[in-house]
Amino acid sequence: MTQNVLVIAELAQGAFRKVTFEALSAGQKLAAALGGDVWAAVLGSGVEGAAAQLAQYGAAKILVADDAALTDFVTEAYTNAVAGIIDQAKPAVVLLGATTQGKDLAARLSARLNTALATDCVALKVEGGQVTATRPMYGGKILADVTLTGAPVIVSIRPNTQPVTPAAGAGTVEKAAAAIGQVATKVVAKNFESGKKDLTEADIIVTGGRGMGGADFCTVENLAQTLGGAVGASRSAVDEGWRPASDQVGQTGKTVSPNLYIACGVSGAIQHLAGMSSSKVIVAINKDPEAPIMTKADYAIVGDLFEVLPVLNEEIKKIKG
Amino acid sequence: MEILVLLKQVPATESMIAVAGDGLSIKTDGIKWVMNPYDELAVEEALRIREAKGSGTVTILSVGPAKAAEAVRTGLAMGADKGILIDPGTLQVDGLATAKLLAAAIKPMKYDLIVAGHRAVDDDNFQVPAAVAELLGIANISMVIKKELSDAKIRCTCTVEGGTKEVEAPLPALIAAQRGLNDPRYASLPGIMKAKKKPLDTKTPADLGLNPADLQPKVKVKALRTPPERKGGRVIQGDTVQAKVAALVKALHEEAKVI
Ligand SMILES: Cc1cc2nc3c(=O)[nH]c(=O)nc-3n(C[C@H](O)[C@H](O)[C@H](O)COP(=O)(O)OP(=O)(O)OC[C@H]3O[C@@H](n4cnc5c(N)ncnc54)[C@H](O)[C@@H]3O)c2cc1C
Ligand SMILES: Nc1ncnc2c1ncn2[C@@H]1O[C@H](COP(=O)(O)O)[C@@H](O)[C@H]1O
Repeated sequence: MTQNVLVIAELAQGAFRKVTFEALSAGQKLAAALGGDVWAAVLGSGVEGAAAQLAQYGAAKILVADDAALTDFVTEAYTNAVAGIIDQAKPAVVLLGATTQGKDLAARLSARLNTALATDCVALKVEGGQVTATRPMYGGKILADVTLTGAPVIVSIRPNTQPVTPAAGAGTVEKAAAAIGQVATKVVAKNFESGKKDLTEADIIVTGGRGMGGADFCTVENLAQTLGGAVGASRSAVDEGWRPASDQVGQTGKTVSPNLYIACGVSGAIQHLAGMSSSKVIVAINKDPEAPIMTKADYAIVGDLFEVLPVLNEEIKKIKG
Repeated sequence: MEILVLLKQVPATESMIAVAGDGLSIKTDGIKWVMNPYDELAVEEALRIREAKGSGTVTILSVGPAKAAEAVRTGLAMGADKGILIDPGTLQVDGLATAKLLAAAIKPMKYDLIVAGHRAVDDDNFQVPAAVAELLGIANISMVIKKELSDAKIRCTCTVEGGTKEVEAPLPALIAAQRGLNDPRYASLPGIMKAKKKPLDTKTPADLGLNPADLQPKVKVKALRTPPERKGGRVIQGDTVQAKVAALVKALHEEAKVI
């Protein structure tokens, strides 16, 4: 085993996800503490061109598994390929983004390699030669410091929690020795809303709750658009059928850590707070000054959201020029 | 069709969670224990498949202490046929060890489909379903919001960042439920009465032929803490909506620097 950190990169429509750069940046620090290098693995088909970019975030070596069988993410195929790459690279730590596919791959890989997995971590360090991770549990009501044993150990990091630090790495691009084998599982269709930003990756989120009063989320959507952010929803808004389940923020929805979270007509139930209380700045707009969200928000406006949001939208447009 | 459901007992999501004196576990007094909300979706989906086929068995498997039998009984009251509780006793099990126990119990069983929740709301590991599938050598499909079953295949719609995808796999396979898959039923009073008589076996790791050394946790908790409490900031004052909004925008732009 080496003391290297291997980051499994993730591509979405040909471009690396931001969390890949975050993982490489966290990997640089970890590798420095372990006395090793950061390597990256890029999987997909027709991805060789994109790979070299990872050198800008400190990757000393970039292993590329370019294969038609890796065009779409299929857990078993990717597990086979990554297991092969790990066998070749012998890292001490495997880092991934805690995305839908990252979590799935990490889980399957942990069983394949019979090793430790810490999911959705928000901090990482090396103590006495051992990797220690901090991860939220109980929907963020608790933070756990955990130690990991195994060769390698696997850590997925929560998007938007690690600073991106560009650093020049040697960036040698090499073909990976990845045997994919026969996998019967396949992706048969894909359906992406063009331009729709995922909540977990958004820097700004505007969320509507039951206070929206109906499925017309125009005011919230307009504000999100002006801010270049995404639209979220409370569980009540989802249960009412106003928004799809994929918009739900909270303990049984998505956990988000944007720079700015604007909660409109959301009371701030414990399950909702669980999903967004690690946001950097929280704004609440609610007509009830006693709503629990008011005690968590950095800035609050007591008022009717239908009066506040249009004005807010116009004011923000002004400073955006 | 033989369907297995993986189910965990967890603190209800409205529970306040506090760290116990040992700094390694949570205070359990005052906690209401329930079936993991995603596992309700799993039980419901399994029942619907059995009902649609008009035959078959739904078996619930759970790893947990004796108390976790309550959650299994809730699943039986919803309509599942039988339950298996795997009690690790004094062993501290992590996600991978839990998966090993479940896979060892499942291996000798006959099954066409395994349904799990996509995560447990206590440890938030997102690990057990895919790990069980790997140990059994079958496909796993995550974040499932819709499924179509044919004799030898399953086709699922799954949520991914920015959209959905459809995945097809041969049976037997494991699927992990996401919200949107169905609306779980409540256990009816007759259902609760019937559940009392349904078979619920308890097994130990030794019964499954597993040795404590193979189940040693690879992830060890060193310390639990509560995240720093968020303090309420300021309520923006102003005589008009316009004035309040202007003050908010100024604060976000100049003070917080987030816009
Ligand atoms: C197992 C379980 C899991 C759950 N998981 C989640 C989860 O993941 N995410 C989640 O969000 N919830 C979750 N919940 C639900 C949670 O308990 C609350 O019921 C829910 O968050 C409330 O949504 P809300 O704030 O939109 O609605 P409400 O609590 O009804 O609040 C509406 C708010 O809007 C304000 N309002 C009304 N009209 C206006 C107006 N015109 N202008 C300004 N303000 C207005 C009101 O003052 C009020 O504060 C879960 C519950 C359970 C039992
Ligand atoms: N102790 C357990 N017993 C049975 N099933 C479990 C257990 N832990 C997790 N699972 C299953 O795996 C899913 C994901 O849990 P986790 O990987 O812990 O987030 C749950 O929704 C259950 O279906």
